[in-house]
Amino acid sequence: MDETLKELGAHVKEALADAVEEVIVAYGELTLVASAGDIIKVLTFLRDDPSCRFVSFIDICGVDWPKRERRFDVVYHLLSPTLNARVRVRVEADETTPVPSATPVFAGALWFEREAYDMYGVLFSGHPELRRLLTDYGFDGYPLRKDFPTTGFVEVRYDDERKRVVYEPVKLAQEFRNFDFLSPWEGPEYVLPGDEKASGPKAG
Amino acid sequence: MNAPTKVDPNVRNFQINFGPQHPAAHGVLRLVLELDGEVVERVDPHIGLLHRGTEKLIETKTYTQAVPYFDRLDYVAPMNQEHAFCLAIERLLDLEVPKRGQLIRVLYSEIGRILSHLLNVTTQAMDVGALTPPLWGFEEREKLMVFYERASGSRMHAAYFRPGGVHQDLPRKLVEDILDFIPPFLKVCDDLEGLLTDNRIFKQRNVDIGIVSLEDAFAWGFSGVMVRGSGAAWDLRKAQPYECYDEMEFDIPIGKNCDNYDRYCIRMEEMRQSAHIMRQCCERLLKEAGPVSAVDHKIVPPKRGEMKRSMEALIHHFKLYTEGFHVPAGEVYSAVEAPKGEFGVYLVSDGTNKPYRCKIRAPGFAHLQSMDFLCRGYMLADVSAILGSLDIVFGEVDR
Repeated sequence: MDETLKELGAHVKEALADAVEEVIVAYGELTLVASAGDIIKVLTFLRDDPSCRFVSFIDICGVDWPKRERRFDVVYHLLSPTLNARVRVRVEADETTPVPSATPVFAGALWFEREAYDMYGVLFSGHPELRRLLTDYGFDGYPLRKDFPTTGFVEVRYDDERKRVVYEPVKLAQEFRNFDFLSPWEGPEYVLPGDEKASGPKAG
Repeated sequence: MNAPTKVDPNVRNFQINFGPQHPAAHGVLRLVLELDGEVVERVDPHIGLLHRGTEKLIETKTYTQAVPYFDRLDYVAPMNQEHAFCLAIERLLDLEVPKRGQLIRVLYSEIGRILSHLLNVTTQAMDVGALTPPLWGFEEREKLMVFYERASGSRMHAAYFRPGGVHQDLPRKLVEDILDFIPPFLKVCDDLEGLLTDNRIFKQRNVDIGIVSLEDAFAWGFSGVMVRGSGAAWDLRKAQPYECYDEMEFDIPIGKNCDNYDRYCIRMEEMRQSAHIMRQCCERLLKEAGPVSAVDHKIVPPKRGEMKRSMEALIHHFKLYTEGFHVPAGEVYSAVEAPKGEFGVYLVSDGTNKPYRCKIRAPGFAHLQSMDFLCRGYMLADVSAILGSLDIVFGEVDR
């Protein structure tokens, strides 16, 4: 399985040397790292090349890496029923530079790109209607970004006096608890409370 | 004759809201329809009314704690979703599920498939006017949910598939009862088909409605029954077998006419094939004994009895239910043939005890987005027939 994937990866790399930056085979899956500007070229090649035939569109999603300069990954998953193989194409993106929309290549990219925009704020140029999809009408912010709190900012309730649904800042009866269960011996890289004295300058 | 007809400026297209309270909207779908007379000009589905932020919640939970969220996606076939998530974790951990665990997983995945298809076929019939099929079908669903309950303690939100296998072994009596369920169930399938397959009204409402070519089906991201209805013999259980599906004997029904009616026929036949797989699993479960989940106690928690006697088991239990297990860094996409199509989980791990990113690829999401493409040019009444045949459940579409 890995061998055929490697061959397939090499074949794509050979044909699209300038667009595909890296070919990775890990956990029995083929990943192509491409540059965002060339994504249409890569997808079209994968779909139309007779030895690829990745005609079945599976998924587009974002991944957030806030520490990176270009913080988002946009990940495309395709399936080739003829080869019985899957491929993942990964490009990097940021908040301001749009990624070319895949809708001309795969009609099904329509909602998946809207979702990525809704959840992460990744922009797609040439998308027919890039508006929010899953979040509320008039929602503000991009909920799946790592810096967006899990509790959100607003909550809704039905106000019986005003006879309508009202939006209010979120009030929690109990603070949202997110325990850090990483083992202090082998998990975190931060300094445990009290430990800063151990490595600090000796007193006296 | 043939004089150019005057366009009346007062005649304009009509816009209506279909749902979110419409019974044929299958939950909380709001369709904004633009109609020219009774012909559908444009469909704009508004979704997200059931959005719970599952993916965000999973990022804040350990891997074990994230499993129950998958029950709440496609809540008519809960265990099939858990399956995809467990497979993804097992791929990253390189964990082998023992044979008995695999058989139980396959058995319950097929029960889930029947649960889902029964709901879909019968409510689709209800959408086009029949009332008896849901009554008959739901009786069988009830029996199947009792099997869920007897295995996991819960009728729907089972949390039964765990990374490494399943939570508990099945009692022998349960396996025998599932075996006894199959012959009468096949009779009910025949009865349902007797009500629908040659029914004039059902055929008038479904034949040649919602036609989609195979090429379009793939480009729109369709999977499962939606591509099989368009003539592709594509089933992940055969094409990329997971668990012990390669040891099972079953057929994949495919359609020729690419319409709603073919998809209905496929679902009926798939239920029979699922029953066939269930019978094979039950027969083997009665004969073969063994563990139901991996015995690596760094990942699978120990049983209560062990904890009473073994200090090490107690430590493992404590660590697994607080810190949880660590998953090596990497990314995998693992998919199962859920009743509605390819249900995939794209899991990115950063090596800690929580998923860094867990993208849920729901089949219904890809199917629903094509409503505009599918319904354009059909009549208003066909919208509900097409929607019924897409097999939409909002738990997984909105996530």
